[in-house]
Amino acid sequence: MTEIPEHLRKRAEAAREKAAEQAAAPAEAAAPAAEATAPSGEASRIPAHLLERSKSAKTKGAATETAVATSGGGGVATAVATAAAPPTATGPGGHTQRLLTVVKAGSIQDLKSVPVDKVHTWPHLLAVEFVASLLMFAFVMIFSIFMNAPLLALANINATPNPSKAPWYFLGLQELLTMFHPMVAGVTIPGMGIFLLILAPYIDRNPSNKPEDRKFAISLFTVQLMFWAVLVIIGSFFRGPGFNFVAPWTAGLFFEL
Amino acid sequence: MENPKKSPADRVSELVDKTQGSQAWNSIFRPGSVFRKGYTDSPRNRSYVIMNSVIYHLHPVKVKRHAVKVSYTLCLGGLSFFLFILLTVTGIFLMFFYRPTAAQAWNDIYTLQTSVTFGLLMRNMHRWAAHLMVLSVFLHMARVFYHGAYKPPREFNWVIGVILLTLTLLLSFTGYLLPWDQLALWAVTVGTNMMGYTPVFGNQVRFVLLGGKEIGTDTLLRWYVLHVLFVPFVTVIFLAIHFWRVRKDGGISGPL
Repeated sequence: MTEIPEHLRKRAEAAREKAAEQAAAPAEAAAPAAEATAPSGEASRIPAHLLERSKSAKTKGAATETAVATSGGGGVATAVATAAAPPTATGPGGHTQRLLTVVKAGSIQDLKSVPVDKVHTWPHLLAVEFVASLLMFAFVMIFSIFMNAPLLALANINATPNPSKAPWYFLGLQELLTMFHPMVAGVTIPGMGIFLLILAPYIDRNPSNKPEDRKFAISLFTVQLMFWAVLVIIGSFFRGPGFNFVAPWTAGLFFEL
Repeated sequence: MENPKKSPADRVSELVDKTQGSQAWNSIFRPGSVFRKGYTDSPRNRSYVIMNSVIYHLHPVKVKRHAVKVSYTLCLGGLSFFLFILLTVTGIFLMFFYRPTAAQAWNDIYTLQTSVTFGLLMRNMHRWAAHLMVLSVFLHMARVFYHGAYKPPREFNWVIGVILLTLTLLLSFTGYLLPWDQLALWAVTVGTNMMGYTPVFGNQVRFVLLGGKEIGTDTLLRWYVLHVLFVPFVTVIFLAIHFWRVRKDGGISGPL
């Protein structure tokens, strides 16, 4: 596998683009007057306006012409014919032509793949993963040494605690329960949410993944995230006995993890 | 002339040489392994470390340089998987001390915390890792969305990811009941009451979930089996497909 440093690859790409632009510019600017330079099968590849221009140039009988032809090879290659400044000898039809072929890299050379800047998984990626998992393990371990998981009194079906709360990730739904019918809050909305999430890649037909091209998708998703986060936070910290509003700094916390 | 006594350092290195030269050692570690005799850091060996080990199922030999950047993926997917493994290990530990009946469950947890070595620590780790996993899976989803990483060819892996998110929530929720304390009982009561409002067959859904008309010892057994066997089993299958698709669809942090 070819390994080319990222910056060199980018520089080469930029140079290639520049060269391509320069090659394309004279081809468009020059007035083409090709007479029978293009094989009939490839004639359709010459833009209509260029053909017209060439016809008018032919009728004027210009001494110097430029011909544009497409080679029969792959259709990608462009042959630009430029006339030598003083015509010394003339061919059939009084034309002097010199063919200069500009060929894109891919059409003759078989370019297998664009080289990508790559590194070995070992040690570069594995080391990162190993360190990340160690840090996570250390965090869970240390947190668990100092914070005990709650174990309340034995379950008693006859003593309903006030308030009764679902696990924190469902508190957004429980919060919705105060606003909607239980079927809407508990089944319809979360069901639709999951369904829409699954469909997201099929709804979003925008091929770009640049943030500036996806303003709508990103803002919609952010609004959704914020909506749920706010509901969960309200349900967790701002709901007290009877699931009524309380302020955690006055009434205390009604929240167990 | 010759000193018959060898220094301890020589003995150790001799022993290492002998072990690394043995048939058993070389049958365990395939060529290129860092534990093989004479491993040197060369591009060839770096490739072999991946290619000749089980890691090849997860990672290719080389990855794009930008994929290694921690700031891009924040390791969230990998950490979710790590937490899943951590939860499996601590969960198996807890299973040795727990019986899922209404008469014994709470006492078993209490005994585990008070008289089993590392029992309290293991239970704490299991609980906190579970909450963290819900969080990290959720953040992983958000990260993937913001990078537009669900776009072709990776649409289907996003779908599997959403399924894994719901499975994670299910794993967490089924485990919530098991301590059989007031918190567990009433959190699950709230949750299952909500599901009882499923249109048309709400009552049946609730009956199947609870194993009866109301929460009791049958519910506990049912949720225990779901928590330790059924949902993890399904999750592992989807994880395998998820990881496989990550590789097939262009590797971590994708076909950019």
